[in-house]
Amino acid sequence: MGILAGKQILVTGVLTDSSIAFHIAKIAQEEGAEIVLSSFGRAMSITQRIATRLPKTAPVIELDVSNKEHLANLASEVKKHLSGLDGLVHSIGFAPEAALGGNFLNTEWEDVATALHVSAYSFKSLSMAALPLFGESGSIVGLDFDATVAWPKYDWMGVAKAALESTSRYLARDLGPRNIRVNLVAAGPIKTMAAKSIPGFEEFESVWNERAPLKWDVSDPTPAAQATVALLSDWFPKTTAEIIHVDGGVHGMGA
Amino acid sequence: MAITEQEVLAGIKEIVEEVAGVPGSDIEMSKNFTDDLDVDSLSMVEVVVAAEERFGIKIPDDQVAGMLTVGDAVNFIVKAAN
Repeated sequence: MGILAGKQILVTGVLTDSSIAFHIAKIAQEEGAEIVLSSFGRAMSITQRIATRLPKTAPVIELDVSNKEHLANLASEVKKHLSGLDGLVHSIGFAPEAALGGNFLNTEWEDVATALHVSAYSFKSLSMAALPLFGESGSIVGLDFDATVAWPKYDWMGVAKAALESTSRYLARDLGPRNIRVNLVAAGPIKTMAAKSIPGFEEFESVWNERAPLKWDVSDPTPAAQATVALLSDWFPKTTAEIIHVDGGVHGMGA
Repeated sequence: MAITEQEVLAGIKEIVEEVAGVPGSDIEMSKNFTDDLDVDSLSMVEVVVAAEERFGIKIPDDQVAGMLTVGDAVNFIVKAAN
């Protein structure tokens, strides 16, 4: 029996089969979970095609985390497929082009606001939209990129990830009394569609390969997905407000 | 039995028509996806995913970047499928 046997989980952020979220959904199913995916807009039809590549085809509901109506309808949409939720995965981030790539000093607030709204505030709004679906306990996991330091080109996305890390701690504080754990997985760089849109992604790649004590493979989303599945399971019962680094150890190295 | 270039081109025409709404008659080997057919990066992802399903192959992400024209895609698929 798998570590997620009987658990019902909503996984956001599956676009292609290189998405970290795809691997989370796949491993979660292999571990016994029932999965629903979300996507939105033009990405919906791609996610629907990719959903058939999971061990068991998962239903896809429409959810734009910046759309209040979608958030208000989330619980009823999920209920069409599942009786409730035990887990929720936030694998969502977006920054307009002007907020990435070395334009840090000149980025306008509107672009920064979009990055913060979609990448950090949405962790709160998604969690709250899903809250009525949780029973006596639950686990919410978000995908992070270490925001304690500045990175080349990552710019306002880095600021948004810092906001995500803080949002996660406050969510953990306020959802703890409901026995809902809130944690982040800070993954090393992985070549996904999202990563491709980060200019200068190769710079991360070379830094990681030089600094990670454990060999890091940018083409392998499995380690980050496994850690997420572990946090969704009952095997981290008293862990919340935590950031688990799945980065080959880079975060702990001074040079 | 080996799949021919003509068969792959016909399949690609159907996919691009369905995904990006480009009339099949506009789609030729020499056409550039972005400049000639207005297929943007998100549509290109769907074209690739649909082509993988249709032809039973895997198109690695780093190959997609090099597929500028319909001909590039057709040639890759013919090679991969045979």
